[in-house]
Amino acid sequence: MAQPSSAARRASEKSARPAKAAITLHVNGAARELTVAPWTTLLDALRLYLDLTGTKKGCDHGQCGACTVLVDGRRIISCLTLAVMKDGAQITTIEGLAHGGALHPLQQAFIDHDAFQCGYCTPGQICSAAGLIAEGRAHTADDIRELMSGNICRCGAYSNIVAAIEDAMVGDAKKNAGGDRR
Amino acid sequence: MINFSYMRAHDVADAVRQIAADPTAKFIAGGTNLIDLMKENVACPSRLIDITHLPLDKVEKISDGGLRIGALVPNSDLAYHPEIAARYPLLGSAILAGASPQLRNMASTGGNLLQRTRCFYFYDTTTPCNKREPGSGCSAIGGINRMHAILGTSEQCIATHPSDMCVALAALDARVLVTGQGGERTIAFSDFHRLPGDAPQTDSTLRPDEIITAIELPSKGFAGNYTYLKIRDRLSYAFALVSVAVGLEIADGAIKEARLALGGVAHKPWRDRDVEAQLAGAPPTAETFRRAADTLLRDARGFGHNDFKIELARRGIVRALTQAARGTPQSQADKRIA
Repeated sequence: MAQPSSAARRASEKSARPAKAAITLHVNGAARELTVAPWTTLLDALRLYLDLTGTKKGCDHGQCGACTVLVDGRRIISCLTLAVMKDGAQITTIEGLAHGGALHPLQQAFIDHDAFQCGYCTPGQICSAAGLIAEGRAHTADDIRELMSGNICRCGAYSNIVAAIEDAMVGDAKKNAGGDRR
Repeated sequence: MINFSYMRAHDVADAVRQIAADPTAKFIAGGTNLIDLMKENVACPSRLIDITHLPLDKVEKISDGGLRIGALVPNSDLAYHPEIAARYPLLGSAILAGASPQLRNMASTGGNLLQRTRCFYFYDTTTPCNKREPGSGCSAIGGINRMHAILGTSEQCIATHPSDMCVALAALDARVLVTGQGGERTIAFSDFHRLPGDAPQTDSTLRPDEIITAIELPSKGFAGNYTYLKIRDRLSYAFALVSVAVGLEIADGAIKEARLALGGVAHKPWRDRDVEAQLAGAPPTAETFRRAADTLLRDARGFGHNDFKIELARRGIVRALTQAARGTPQSQADKRIA
């Protein structure tokens, strides 16, 4: 912290090129081995190394939520995560939510409620909402709005996004109670 | 982002050894601020030392009746921890007022203390900034300074500390446990962050070879009369213009003990013992609260765009003290100000 950034930069440029690391990411249930540089983010590893381009790069600074994925079941920002630090982790991306040809209830709810316009933020919105439902902290529309505040939608589809998540949340609660099995 | 090498620390002693051996290295835990600073070329470490595998992820009761929070406990786990919810709701509320759920899932307790200012000149490497490049000048003084400090500023820096969690920790008289080559030591929370003075590049009193291992909370949590009131430009996911953490102990119609800390107004969470002493023994009335605000802001100074913060802070202090005294803490979901 006390080190001036320019001095640190010069020191870094003098050092040898750092080694890449072999890691395994368990992505959507499949073990994927890859070799990454220390500075490769989880977002870039998914998109550029594993061709999983459903996860989107929006701001690349942790401000928009477009890159949200689940790591070991928790929603995180993949653009501010180094892939090398997630060696061995379970990653779920938008590509991993549908099962056996059936859309995930959140994907279906987003379609039913017209919860997007351009769709660029949608994979992050849906992964974030999957995390929100798993956390079980949201009980009202106010809670959903607050706990989805890390996902920005520049088309402004927020009201329909909240409605879609409420719908999927109710379905999830019914399923857990042994009621409506869809 | 520049090239850097990556190492893992195997235990706390190994982490201290590694950081002491390389002054251009940095620890990484959640990475939510550091990786962003690296992408902006504001932080350029030659090496990152991954501390996420250290056993510092527990929340435990300690012998004095307080709580020890491991430095790697994620912000979200801490905010919702049953002991925090029951005994230290001020801390839980402050954490939930900050960042987003995804970032709170990533960010660590220790890292939250060490996050750097969001002053846009600090982030913009094309402009002078004494915090980023000591001696280059302060672009915020005479520049766009709406978000900047009104208390404890210096001629060299008017940046604010961005944390919400730290404002509550300051009010709760937390302690910071650190380990370095010289062994372990405990730093009172008020002594952890610095005012800018003539060395704004240094945010804290943590030494270069030290690692934060835990935060300790004393037993007193002010769970009955507290609030964390955060005022910002949008209702969620924005840094505070002004935030106010309050803990009160009220008995027989008078304030027995008061804790008051402000965020968004200074280089560190702002506590004023004179104001707390003034509140002690006084009745919890609007008049008492207005006098407290006047005393706290007696030396406040604006820099143009942020002049409004002085009146905003005055009203925020009165409102937060009122919320705490009434036992109606600010909700972090329903954003109407109680």
